[in-house]
Amino acid sequence: MTRQMIGAKMIVQALKDQGVDTVFGYPGGAVLPIYDEIFQQNDIRHILVRHEQGAVHAAEGYARSTGKPGVVLVTSGPGATNAVTGLTDALLDSIPLVVLTGQVPTFMIGSDAFQEADTIGITRPCTKHNWLVKDTADLAATIHEAFHVATSGRPGPVLIDVPKDVQFASAKYTEKKQVNTGHYQPRVKGDMEQITKLVEAMEKAERPVFYTGGGVINSGPAASQLLRELVHATGFPITSTLMGLGSYPASGDKWLGMLGMHGLYEANLAMHDCDLMINIGARFDDRITGRLDAFSPKSKKAHVDIDPSSINKVIHVDIPIIGDVGHVLEDILKVWKARGRKTNSEGLAKWWVKIEEWRKVKCLSYTQSGTTIKPQYALERLEALTKHRKDRFICTEVGQHQMWAAQYLGFEDPNHWMTSGGLGTMGYGMPASVGVQIAHPDALVINVAGEASWLMNMQEMGTAIQYRLPVKQFILNNERLGMVRQWQQLLHGERYSHSWSDALPDFVKLAEAFGAKGILCSDPKDLDDAIMEMLNYDGPVIFDCLVEKHENCFPMIPSGKAHNEMLLGDASTEGAIGASGAVLV
Amino acid sequence: MSLKIKKGSTAHSAYNLRANYGDEIETHTLAVLVDNEAGVLARVIGLFSGRGYNIESLTVAEVDHKGHLSRITIVTRGTPQVIEQIKAQLGRIVPVHEVHDLTVEGPVVERELALIKVSGTGDKRVEALRLADIFRAHVVDSTLDSFVFQITGTSDKVDAFADLMRPLGLTELARTGVAALSRGK
Repeated sequence: MTRQMIGAKMIVQALKDQGVDTVFGYPGGAVLPIYDEIFQQNDIRHILVRHEQGAVHAAEGYARSTGKPGVVLVTSGPGATNAVTGLTDALLDSIPLVVLTGQVPTFMIGSDAFQEADTIGITRPCTKHNWLVKDTADLAATIHEAFHVATSGRPGPVLIDVPKDVQFASAKYTEKKQVNTGHYQPRVKGDMEQITKLVEAMEKAERPVFYTGGGVINSGPAASQLLRELVHATGFPITSTLMGLGSYPASGDKWLGMLGMHGLYEANLAMHDCDLMINIGARFDDRITGRLDAFSPKSKKAHVDIDPSSINKVIHVDIPIIGDVGHVLEDILKVWKARGRKTNSEGLAKWWVKIEEWRKVKCLSYTQSGTTIKPQYALERLEALTKHRKDRFICTEVGQHQMWAAQYLGFEDPNHWMTSGGLGTMGYGMPASVGVQIAHPDALVINVAGEASWLMNMQEMGTAIQYRLPVKQFILNNERLGMVRQWQQLLHGERYSHSWSDALPDFVKLAEAFGAKGILCSDPKDLDDAIMEMLNYDGPVIFDCLVEKHENCFPMIPSGKAHNEMLLGDASTEGAIGASGAVLV
Repeated sequence: MSLKIKKGSTAHSAYNLRANYGDEIETHTLAVLVDNEAGVLARVIGLFSGRGYNIESLTVAEVDHKGHLSRITIVTRGTPQVIEQIKAQLGRIVPVHEVHDLTVEGPVVERELALIKVSGTGDKRVEALRLADIFRAHVVDSTLDSFVFQITGTSDKVDAFADLMRPLGLTELARTGVAALSRGK
């Protein structure tokens, strides 16, 4: 059956055929024909955001929490340029997105037309791939191919730029199954020789550690399951990057906590002292490695990654395995079992004794005293009052609160933690929480925020109200750009240049102005009741939690230092960061 | 609460300490087969500029009209680790089909074509013509006081010829950049 239709209808049809149920978008002149088609159907739900950046972050939240690609529809020119931050964010965190942008008609391209921008040129470095469709006959096939590219191999954002005349013109619709996805078929099976080498190393290792990342979550729930099985079977300790939290449960006894710049003492020291590091779906980011020449000097390193360019990019590895985490874990387990399920139990037992000593340092301890809420305390109470909820999803903004959330909240399952890791985008969490709640209408969705980040995309409260999304905005308000202030304190002679939030709104009144509920809490005594009030309210809440203004986030590996040079608290920060460390970010 | 941070310096910066690869700068010739579609060259060039890699020479043209394939030949310089990264990063670009490092894949034929305009009269003009003959350069245009020579060969040969022409009145030089194929079957 061949079907003739106009481009705009083709877009909606192709989205349906790809199983899309939700589109986040904002209309404008160059996408009016598509909006006209959306109006005339009921299969795809369109969520009207308040700003295009919000649309992309919402789609990221949707994608991260469901494992499906997020879909965005915005207009040409400013619509497309506003989406750029979200695209870059999704690229760095490997989030699958399909973004459709309108474009001026083909015959006007290059004429500096109204709302014309070189969208393909602008988004080329911040997408996995992008397409300008100049002929309606190619439109459907391009959309199908776009979904394939966004979701295969290392996932990422793709963009399709559709001129307005292409939306109006008529052509034959290309079915999904007719599309040749061409040569783009990234390899998923790992090399068995390397996998066997890894298993041999695992059998002998005295001090092994699993170092896992967002790749485990991107590989799908089965990969997390296999990871749990492997950790359980071998008894090796496991740590994870910010992006990988939830793939192994925080309540698991082999869990060391997050590693990296603000990671746990036991996790970072295990990385430093291990003799076998098994990197699964992480990328040796600079927040993880610290000083490269002092990074885990005694270990043999294995690296499982679907992207060949991640291998040996910053750290030389001894056992590179290119493939999908799920497939490779399955093969590791198979080979390890077939060879007799061996581990070096004597060495492992000693290793765990050492790890227990590090754990006794209790690097996350802090003192809650007096009448000011410590941010750590706020998160500990939030955790205590919500951790029984299996349907709890946490989003964050970027900064101190994000690190505290990663440290003090426990994640039991993958896809329940949405944060901007690679790009560090302030303003990510508010729209992401909208996207998560759209995908999971009955779930408890909390955005742990700082007041400064939150203000960057607060317009999306309007979206939350419009679609009756009961998102909980849990703002740790220190009236500061906390992480900037911390670095200025440690690195710039306590000159707090522009790192305070002056002229803040009254968040309770702001909530009421939007039509949401506002809660203010400033006394530790009231905190539990206030959190319960937030949880029990059936609707969006802005929770203004006034916290200690000068709290620093520890542990901390100062930039330019090694894992075993981490700072544990205020007492040990003197002379912490040298001049050469200060030039790093 | 105030913290006294002493101003000091550590011996190292985190960024200049790469893992233990050789630091020797090598020159490699890469052949990249790509879909001949709009913007594909921009993707390749954008990769090099965005990640700070060098391009010594770059040539591109369609080589398979039916298959819509173009061949990009890139001569680049870097440490072995950087060269490996360049190849892996090129491989990530969706319209890239194949990346070949001709330098490591075996013996390779590399050729470049140049057009060189030499202006002058008298002895210099005669000498230019004589040298062109030695280098097997052809005269493809001539006036009473100028020649345009066409020379093909390795980049070194083109360099050598251009250097000789300079004192004899070289006024303009156009080079194609390197095209390369591996030797044998």
